[in-house]
Amino acid sequence: MICREVTEFLMDFQDGSLAPAVHKEFQLHLERCADCRIFIVQYQETVKAGRQACAEHSADAATEIPEELLRAIMVAIRVQE
Amino acid sequence: MAERGQVDSTAADERELARGLRDGDPEAFEGIVRMFGGRLLAVTRRILHDEEDARDAVQEAFISAFKARKQFNAESRVSTWLHRIAVNAALMKLRSLRRKTEVSIDNLMPNFRDDGQHYVEPLVSWEEPADVAVGRRETADFVREQISKLPDSYRLVLLMRDIEGRDTEDTARELGITPNAVKIRLHRARMALRQLIAPQMEKRAS
Repeated sequence: MICREVTEFLMDFQDGSLAPAVHKEFQLHLERCADCRIFIVQYQETVKAGRQACAEHSADAATEIPEELLRAIMVAIRVQE
Repeated sequence: MAERGQVDSTAADERELARGLRDGDPEAFEGIVRMFGGRLLAVTRRILHDEEDARDAVQEAFISAFKARKQFNAESRVSTWLHRIAVNAALMKLRSLRRKTEVSIDNLMPNFRDDGQHYVEPLVSWEEPADVAVGRRETADFVREQISKLPDSYRLVLLMRDIEGRDTEDTARELGITPNAVKIRLHRARMALRQLIAPQMEKRAS
């Protein structure tokens, strides 16, 4: 297996959906390729970074809804009654 | 367990909110809008770049929620229910906007030598785990900014799968694409985001 194929098979590797022979080749490649090991770690860290960056932002935004938006919503709701 | 992005509230709060929602009392509903509006706006802003569009989506979401209040299942959490309605409202809004031609993300994919055997340049390990790096506000801001740079078709799949925590089938249904397309786009979106955030992640905290 070559480095390009590692990136192509990565999701299936993580899902555990690679055929056993391909899975073994994937692991063998990782054992001898530092770049691919780094790539996979960074790929996983990217997912975590995105998730955490957005979660923290949502928590920050828990502040308040802009008053004019709240008013507009309530006017629309009263029309619905 | 609480879903990502939802407001934490106690069981007693939830019962009270659910009662106010079902009764359709505008004052009780105003309390719900006040409690969840800010967070829902953060959610719609991630999907829609334009502030006015994001606010419209929140308004649409609350109107939809009010209209559908009798269908609210008392077993559910109001926060989770509203979060889902807001995501759907933002996606509807996005579909209604004129589609722009998307830029390619090929230049953000890993760069190999011609034989595909090795990277053109050796990769540099990141200095810190993501949770430590993103714990700093400037890095968290930087990561969100890079997500917003992804073309819509990739950004939405990444948001739905990795940020909203929806599964492949649900995401495919919402976006009107096949589950296989979701998987391919998610993988490319993650690789592109890796490339975009790498310069920041390679820096040591000062």
